[in-house]
Amino acid sequence: MSEELNYSTISELSGRLHRREISSVELMQAVIARTREVDGRVRAFNSFDEPDALAQARASDERRAAGKAGPLEGIPVGLKDVISVAGQPLTASSRMLENFVSPYDATVTCRLKAAGALCWGRLNLDEFAMGSSTENSAFGTTSNPWDLARVPGGSSGGSAAAVAAGEAVAALGSDTGGSIRQPAALCGVVGLKPSYGRVSRYGLIAFASSLDQIGPFARSVEDAASVLGVIAGHDPRDSTSVRQDVPDYARGIAELAKSGRRWKIGIPKEYFGEGLDPEVGAAVQAAIAEYRKLGCEIREVSLPHTKYAVGAYYIIATAECSSNLARYDGVRYGHRSKDARDALDIYFKSRAEGFGAEVKRRIILGTYVLSSGYYDAYYLRAQKVRTLIRRDFLDAYREVDAIVTPTAPTPAFLKGEKAASPLAMYLNDIYTIGVNLAGLPGISVPCGFTKAGLPIGLQVIGQPFRETELLAVARAYEERSDWRTRRPGL
Amino acid sequence: MPPSDFNLDHVANLARINLTAEEKARFGAQLGDVLGYIALLNEVNVEGVEPTAHAFHVVNVWAEDVPEPGLSVEDALRNAPEKRDNMFVVPKVVE
Repeated sequence: MSEELNYSTISELSGRLHRREISSVELMQAVIARTREVDGRVRAFNSFDEPDALAQARASDERRAAGKAGPLEGIPVGLKDVISVAGQPLTASSRMLENFVSPYDATVTCRLKAAGALCWGRLNLDEFAMGSSTENSAFGTTSNPWDLARVPGGSSGGSAAAVAAGEAVAALGSDTGGSIRQPAALCGVVGLKPSYGRVSRYGLIAFASSLDQIGPFARSVEDAASVLGVIAGHDPRDSTSVRQDVPDYARGIAELAKSGRRWKIGIPKEYFGEGLDPEVGAAVQAAIAEYRKLGCEIREVSLPHTKYAVGAYYIIATAECSSNLARYDGVRYGHRSKDARDALDIYFKSRAEGFGAEVKRRIILGTYVLSSGYYDAYYLRAQKVRTLIRRDFLDAYREVDAIVTPTAPTPAFLKGEKAASPLAMYLNDIYTIGVNLAGLPGISVPCGFTKAGLPIGLQVIGQPFRETELLAVARAYEERSDWRTRRPGL
Repeated sequence: MPPSDFNLDHVANLARINLTAEEKARFGAQLGDVLGYIALLNEVNVEGVEPTAHAFHVVNVWAEDVPEPGLSVEDALRNAPEKRDNMFVVPKVVE
């Protein structure tokens, strides 16, 4: 089977499946063959279940034959290993959950299955989604398909790398501070974080519940929109999921494109200062020039509290994680220390043995900022700063339709380069974190390559629950570029 | 520099995580860097600013109390580190 199939979009493959040029089984076989060929080097997957995937593909072909094809019928979609799939492992790339098997499906999994998609493999991540490089995985680091010595970004590095390497047609990840958009940028694929509440978090392993959101990785904006249309919507099992209708994104984008709307695009001056790699800056400026050529109005805007976003995030996210990860106590599931002699001992030793360094650091930091006497100075202050960061964005949206920035300050960095300094790693998320604090939708689309051949991502930030406009703005740029035709030389 | 009153042993105890001597030395320095960076927030004037717990206003959600099938005992115990007679086994808690 040719590599062509592995680098096709959902829309291309759906057409070929529909016309019976290929079957779901053939497509799945091509994806399995590609994964076997390259994943020894890329290591995007923690595990994959070939017989299960082929059984799903056969069932998909039968549904199609019976005239019951869903919107993602026969499309293999990879899942980050924090999203439950009944009967499959769910490790969060942690020793704590090394042997855990999901007893039920996440809501997004149910929706993918109901749409005919094939749930494919368990994709690597930074342990419990804490990190920006996948180096914090307990089971090994994923490599960037464009340069195997470099990281794919994180925390959803496996999801981004799998799509970039042709090992999945699309994938789901989760984004708490940039964990979809940053790896998408570093791997040269599209990554979308929906508005907070747009997609149910039921069945997603919790990291920071007021920030976490599931979203797709794909080869095109159109594909990301197709997956979003399937996974979005209210879910009675997630009380923070919103009761808003899910629009037909594809139609909405097409209508906006036809209307020839001239977008007002905001460029936040705070996102183009110190720390921005010159090649990344130049690629983003070139993308902005394309918007200008399209007749968009480009305006400088200010998000004055930007420099406080990383600090506020590492208080709020760690506080929430210290609470969420208290459930890993070694009693009902997860790792239990063999040396535990009494109840307290189970907690102390199981958590010491089960969690990796970054998870321990964040639980400790979160415990500290919530502890008696420090709550007001840290947690409450951070929540107030969060209000100001959110207000900055909403003020900017009185003047502009969307905000355009770099996704990450640098292209993919070398493995080990930032491993010794958690703070240096945290600052990698400086352009993505504010979006989570404000609950906004954001997308990263490829906007070029460095001289060394590393992908660069453009971030478009939208208004709350207006994903259609966000996708249309991103699509307008994508249509004028051909970055997608480049492939990593694996 | 970490705040002088940051006591790693105390916080690790609250978090119920045993740390090795090597971890204590490493985490102490690394968390010191992070806390030093976070101190940047002290320069923000937050007077009169309401805190944000969620980006969007969330309200309590009520559901009808309708029984639904839950996990079977087998599924609920599937990931138990130790089980016996449909129960989780733990070390003796009370003498």
